Amino acid sequence: MAYAKLTRDQMAIRVARDIPEGAYVNLGIGLPTLVANHLPRNREVFLHSENGLLGMGPAPAAGEEDYDLINAGKQPVTLLPGGAYFHHADSFAMMRGGHLDICVLGAFQVSRAGDLANWHTGAPDAIPAVGGAMDLAIGAKKTFVMMEHLTKSGASKIVDACTYPLTGIACVSRIYTDLAVIDVTPQGLAVIEAVAGLSFEELQRLTGVTLRA
Amino acid sequence: MIDKVFPDIGAAIAAVTDGATVMIGGFGGAGQPAELIDALIEHGARDLTIVNNNAGNGETGLAALLKAGRVRKIICSFPRQVDSQVFDDLYRAGKIELELVPQGNLAERIRAAGAGVGGFYTPTGYGTDLAKGKETRMLNGRMYVFETPIHADVALIKAEAGDRWGNLTYRKTARNFGPIMAMAAKITVASVHEVVPLGKLDPEAIVTPGIFVQRVVKVPRSATGPAGFNRAA
Repeated sequence: MAYAKLTRDQMAIRVARDIPEGAYVNLGIGLPTLVANHLPRNREVFLHSENGLLGMGPAPAAGEEDYDLINAGKQPVTLLPGGAYFHHADSFAMMRGGHLDICVLGAFQVSRAGDLANWHTGAPDAIPAVGGAMDLAIGAKKTFVMMEHLTKSGASKIVDACTYPLTGIACVSRIYTDLAVIDVTPQGLAVIEAVAGLSFEELQRLTGVTLRA
Repeated sequence: MIDKVFPDIGAAIAAVTDGATVMIGGFGGAGQPAELIDALIEHGARDLTIVNNNAGNGETGLAALLKAGRVRKIICSFPRQVDSQVFDDLYRAGKIELELVPQGNLAERIRAAGAGVGGFYTPTGYGTDLAKGKETRMLNGRMYVFETPIHADVALIKAEAGDRWGNLTYRKTARNFGPIMAMAAKITVASVHEVVPLGKLDPEAIVTPGIFVQRVVKVPRSATGPAGFNRAA
């Protein structure tokens, strides 16, 4: 039976469904940033940015950019009424102290135990840069990963053990891919749902790592 | 009468000696004290260890300091950016030492220095390459890594308004590392866009009390420019 992979926006819509009213949320750079575009306007969600901002609003209108008001990707943003600024140690205390409900991160790989690799390819000529990735991975009450299921060459990004350098150990709660939503549980990887037309057997074949239906 | 306002930016920056550890505020362009960095380049101190979140953007500010060959080592969390070519070239040529620190550990190590804390256990980085060789410990069933404070000889930070006692307010997310770097350095030099009379800053709204600030320099207001857009993860 034929199936279609979710687009990036469809993935963001799916993640947004699981972010409840009142949640304090950090959206990582890249794919997770798209989730903000799909939170319903009538749902109050507090977006946190590592550089000292709670109550982050959408990008400003053209010509209204203020580069003293930026997000973690250093792009201009706005502050919602009720939003607040704070310094970096407070901002990371919000993560490390377990005050954030959800963070959504991109990834190179996630292991069956919920280990995350998303900061460095480990290539010898690559310049390493970690930013807030390691703090975010271990800090929030729930860490969601959002990534394509397969690499460009068709290898599963869900693996037995990460081959890229780790960002955090056993820190991922749930994986959202363009094929499925999968929970990381003490009993293993549990498939919550798959895209229409994709059988469990086919998903299992593509993933390699043992899944539970 | 105590007056921490220095009319001459060069005199304010003269506190930086060769071999000093210098914290520089900012997250990309926001909060980067460009005028103080220019004065530091002019001043000529070399063999510096720089503490900043990034490693310079474009060819100005911190990037210009690196390009001038004044920096021996940089302690930062996110050197690689689309416009970090100056750092990238120095790093690949082996001309600069990099200590890469997760951003929250960087902030807390700076805060610890300012707060007189001798170190702390953090879960961040446990089991990763960035915790290799560091002491670890299980506390309440969770593994932690021991991290030590980062002290500085001088901090250069950008604030919004200040008074002659060194009290400071900031502007939006340009605040970032300013308040904690001010606490962690022996001498903190703050640039401000406005020097106001004592009592004019609302005491309820002062973010950095003057005890953490030794020198205040007024610089003209100029719009912060874009810098350091990250490549998508």
